[in-house]
Order: sequence, then structure tokens, then C-alpha cells
Amino acid sequence: MLNENINAKFEDAFLPHLNAAYNLARWLTRDSADAEDVVQEAYMRAFKFFGSYRGGDSRAWVLKIVRNTCYSWLQKNRPLEIVSEFDEELHVVETENPETMFIHDIDKQRLRGFLEQLPAEFREIVILRDLEGLSYKEIAGIADLPLGTVMSRLARARGKLQAALNALESGGAK
Amino acid sequence: MKCDDSGELLDSYVDGELDLVNHLQIEQHLKECADCAQAHNNLVALRSAIADDSFYYQAPGDLRARLRTSLKATEPESRPASIWKWKWIPVLAVASLLVAVMLAALTLVRPSQTNEDLVAKEVVSAHIRSMMPGHLMDVPSTDQHTVKPWFDGKLDFAPPVTDLSAQGFPLTGGRLDYVDGRPVAALVYGRRLHVINLFIFPTQERDAQNRVLDRQGYNVIHWNKAGMSFWAVSDVNVGDLQEFSTAVQH
Repeated sequence: MLNENINAKFEDAFLPHLNAAYNLARWLTRDSADAEDVVQEAYMRAFKFFGSYRGGDSRAWVLKIVRNTCYSWLQKNRPLEIVSEFDEELHVVETENPETMFIHDIDKQRLRGFLEQLPAEFREIVILRDLEGLSYKEIAGIADLPLGTVMSRLARARGKLQAALNALESGGAK
Repeated sequence: MKCDDSGELLDSYVDGELDLVNHLQIEQHLKECADCAQAHNNLVALRSAIADDSFYYQAPGDLRARLRTSLKATEPESRPASIWKWKWIPVLAVASLLVAVMLAALTLVRPSQTNEDLVAKEVVSAHIRSMMPGHLMDVPSTDQHTVKPWFDGKLDFAPPVTDLSAQGFPLTGGRLDYVDGRPVAALVYGRRLHVINLFIFPTQERDAQNRVLDRQGYNVIHWNKAGMSFWAVSDVNVGDLQEFSTAVQH
């Protein structure tokens, strides 16, 4: 009976955030089946540590666990992806100049592709900010980063996206 | 304001994450600078494109049901309820006694430490309060010879006031504030677009070197010199704030 009680409490607190959890996992793994696995694992972890949950923002708490689970999953299943993205990252940074032209119509499909190509540590910040609507401070807590890093990664991520959209416009590729 | 300063700030501006002073400065700058206004428009367009519903992945319907099933089959590691079994009560009693003794020892042995935390909390709150409209300055002046006499008769001590424009920290004014149970002098300095509050009040404590603290995302540097306690608070990075504290002390 006690056990059922805990179950109910846990479900009340965390099942409402299932969409947020899945969305983050889906963007980080870029695959729906993998995202489901990760969310499942993350919720089991959350349940195990439920005893250490002391109230507060349950969405942030569960997103933090989902994020960590995603990274261990990626490290285990796609270690090359993390490394190679990190390398690629170093080359691209200096060539951006997003301010110069106006982006007329943003092609949503292309944008989704560009967003998926961002390195995970940049992608997650954009997802948490623009899709989840979290504050810089909340994101810093979830991703375990200083506030300044959240700001600079977000600015650079958006810079990259704009540069990619710019290139699309000036290249005339439709 | 120059365009170089607006880079990351523009993102924070669009996200509504700037303090009021910076927010207004960017707002003004966008009216005057076509390039930055353009960058701003692009940023807004990009943001709303990403925030599109079609980008938000909804959890598949059966995931919820599957989770429920696996949750039923799992046990949480530390069940809060089981703690209350009788055999744990003596252990708990001893443990809480130990904790109480340790806490008491901590407060007795390190009273200054705790006080530092309290004051740090207060100066950060005062800094945040000062960022609200109309709270920053009682005497807006870049002239140290105006600011210093202004404190006469308002405080029972004379705070050292120096303009540090040459070192990159122009004095912009002063204000009376209330910290650690007493009225204190708050000097306001600028660093590019940022504001640094320097709180000054007399102390019984000995001279002490810089202590760097980090509270609620703000940097705090504290030192004691010649019977005065100094607290510099700002959202500038630690390096800049350290440079500032060096400038004040020389």
C-alpha cells in the first residue's frame, strides 16, 4: 500500500513532464525509438532517486536526469558522434557573420535540419530556451553550466543557425 | 553604446533576460543603429521559427502507459516510509544529536564565516534592488568631489570616494543603502554596460585580503581595509571585478 502511494506521488509529480522529457531526448538522440528508450531509463532513474527529491521545480529535476541519461546513452551508443561533432565545431566557429542580411522566409524543414546538425551541447540550450521556454538560470541548473556559458552557447548556436540560413538564401538553393 | 558591446546582449535582450539598465540601453541603441536593428529582427524571426509547434516532439501515447507499467514493477531505492520502523529510532536520535552538536560547533568556531554569508546575501539583494528603476542613485554624479560631501551628515563615517575612469571604471554616482543592520555608502561604478555597486561601512574586523564569492549568479568581492569593510557586487566577470577591486585599493 505504501508502495502504491509513492507510485502515485511520483506519477503526479513527473508524468505531466513527459512531453518535455521526450522532446529533449528526441532532439538529443535525433531518433524516436532511441528517445523512448532514454526517457524510459531516465524515468526509472528518477523513480529510484525519488527519495532524494525535496520538492521544488519538478520539470527541471526530471529534465536534468533526462539530459544526463541522454549523454551517457550517447557516449555508450554513439561515442563517435559526440567527438566528431566537437571537432567540427572548432572549424566552423570563426566563419560566421549572421548580421549582414535579412532572412526572408525561414524554410522550416531546412531549419530543423540545421538544428539537428548543431553539436549536442549547443542544440540542447536552444531546445531548452526556445522550445521549453526555460530561463537562462534554469538551463544553467539543468545543464550544470555557469550562466555565462549558457549565454555564449545560445548566442553562438543562433549565430550558426543564421549563418546556415544566410548561406541558403545567398546560394539560392531552394 | 557601441555595436561591439551588443553581441551576446542582443540574445539576452530578445530573451528578456537583461537587467533594466542594459535593457533600456539596447532598446535605445536599436533605434539608432540599422545594422543591429536588422540583427535583432533576424533573431526574433529565428526564435519564433524555432518555437513553432511542429518542432516540439510530443511523447507517443503508449509511452505513458508503458512507463506506468514499469514503474509498478520497480522499487524506489530509499523508501521514505521505511525509515519510520522502530529499530531506526535510536540511530536517528544519536544522529540528530551529532548533527546538532556539529552545527553548534560550527557556529561557535566560525562566527565570521556565517556573518560573511549573511552580508554577502544582503549586498547581492541590495545590488538587485538597485537595478530596479529609480533605485540606482541618490546622487548621480561623475565627480568624486560632489559624491563624497553628499554623504556628510547622512552617515556616521566618511567613505573613501575615488573616480576610476582612468582604469575603466567611471564613477556614476552614490546612494545610501542599508546592510548588516546599519546605513552604508553605496558607490555606483560603470563597466561598459554593466553596473558595479561598491558597499562601504566601518568594521571592527582586521584588514583582510580579497575574498571572491559567487551568489545567485552575481560576483562578489569582499575585503577589509583600515577599519572599513568593502563589498563589490556586479554581474561583470570575476576578472573585471578583481581588476576593479585592485583599482579601488590603489
